[in-house]
Amino acid sequence: MLEVTNLRKVYPTGDEALKGITTTVDGNEIVSMIGPSGAGKSTFIRCINRLTEPTEGEVTLDGQELTRLSKTDLRKVRRDIGMVFQEYNLVERLSVMENVLSGRLGYVSNWAAFRRNFPQEDVERAFEILETVGLGGMENKRADELSGGQRQRVGIARAVIQEPKILLADEPTSSLDPDTSHAVMDLLTDIAETENIPVLINIHEVPLAVEYADRILGLHNGELVFDGKTTALDDHAKDVIYRGAVPETATQVGATTRSETRATDSTTATATPSTPHRAATGED
Amino acid sequence: MSIETQKSWKRFDRRATLTRYLIGLISLAVVVASWRYLAMDLQYFASAPAEIADLFERSYPPAWSTAPGIVAPMIETIHIAVVGTIVAVILSIPVAFITAENTTPNNYTYALGKLIVTVTRSVHIIIWALIFVVMFGPGAFAGTVAIAVRSIGFCGKLLGEEIEEIDFNQVEAVSAAGATKIQQMIYGIFPQIMPAVVGLSVYRWDINVRGATILGFVGAGGIGVQLFNAINAFQWRAVSLIILAILLVVFASEGISAYARAKVR
Repeated sequence: MLEVTNLRKVYPTGDEALKGITTTVDGNEIVSMIGPSGAGKSTFIRCINRLTEPTEGEVTLDGQELTRLSKTDLRKVRRDIGMVFQEYNLVERLSVMENVLSGRLGYVSNWAAFRRNFPQEDVERAFEILETVGLGGMENKRADELSGGQRQRVGIARAVIQEPKILLADEPTSSLDPDTSHAVMDLLTDIAETENIPVLINIHEVPLAVEYADRILGLHNGELVFDGKTTALDDHAKDVIYRGAVPETATQVGATTRSETRATDSTTATATPSTPHRAATGED
Repeated sequence: MSIETQKSWKRFDRRATLTRYLIGLISLAVVVASWRYLAMDLQYFASAPAEIADLFERSYPPAWSTAPGIVAPMIETIHIAVVGTIVAVILSIPVAFITAENTTPNNYTYALGKLIVTVTRSVHIIIWALIFVVMFGPGAFAGTVAIAVRSIGFCGKLLGEEIEEIDFNQVEAVSAAGATKIQQMIYGIFPQIMPAVVGLSVYRWDINVRGATILGFVGAGGIGVQLFNAINAFQWRAVSLIILAILLVVFASEGISAYARAKVR
């Protein structure tokens, strides 16, 4: 369970990117964080694993507080947090397999990393995951030979092999065409279910967020202005998030909507070339 | 059109023009002063064609019979360049990491890196060779160390610049998975500078082959020893053969270097 309490981030320039965010992510829910550009979505997600150092507040993963950890302890906790990036951030000149196995670096020695000598079970697991994300047989391709959609699948495989307690995805579909975006979202949804971990996704496309998420976090100008079930995201809530209108009382809804969202997912989860929302520009 | 409405334009105003003339004048004065100090006499130009013709006559044809004697020193020259370059590249990698602003641990390591780069680069190969001949005695070992030391700064500086230009997002992703600093270097940074390491190695090797041909002038091994001796003994036909051999090897190394750099990506 991820608990964020009163998280603030002030950049050296004086910009207050996050103005005290408090929320909890648990179970195997898909949580989408939406909001206009510059609202602080990326900052929020990067403050969780401290790729960006938060200024104030607490981040707790399964009871362990992260913001005050030493470098060494932080490194150990990061093994439990998978992260998927907008620009994939693969090591471009390394092979697919090397990129996937880089998710296990936290468990091997420097010398083993140098020799690419990973434990047999990691290698076997890497093959399994590559199969799952649809890249079976691609292990020896170099990352820079892949298409955007394929690269993002490698990025996801790298996060999954960590066996994380939570998966963070920072705009995972923003560099992809609509069709590939759906495939990637399907994959992330599947992973939440099969790995039984929560997935926190930054996303600026509201329809995509609504289609896949169980819960929506709405960020406006560094403040959490919406936190509720996807079904509760009405036009007024969108206005609040995107135009800064005055919020009504914060929305808190029961678990009923959850199964509905899942049901829609399962139809899209098996996305094959014949599914209706496959757009004209099939890149993947 | 009357005078008043004409627009005049000058690239420089009066003051700037004067300054520019003054700078030109000072430059000229410096050149004249240097020339007069060296007491250079153009009359040597007159006799130059005759001298060079004379030299050609004495150098031609090359003394082919001495060829077997220069094969071994030539091979030694290439080996000096190979070993010197390898050692330099290996030593320059840590130097590159502390010289690059984005990977150096602190200001002291940064200053140390810059110091190593500057000192090794600013001293000429022959000076290094002189120092190491004194330290290790004459021979190929002193020459190899001279080549290595002279190359560290060059390789360290260029690799350091390469590290400063890498895509740090790739490194960040590896660190987000819990990699150590060393692992981030091995896994995230090194693959990105690998083409530069290979390209730089062969390029520097190519430079070092040329450098190694003159190391013998100060007793640091290689073909330079034979060249120096032949010149001192006025054996011009032997000299011309050695120069031909050096040209051949330099062309070959340049070709190999160009090919290898084109291949790596």
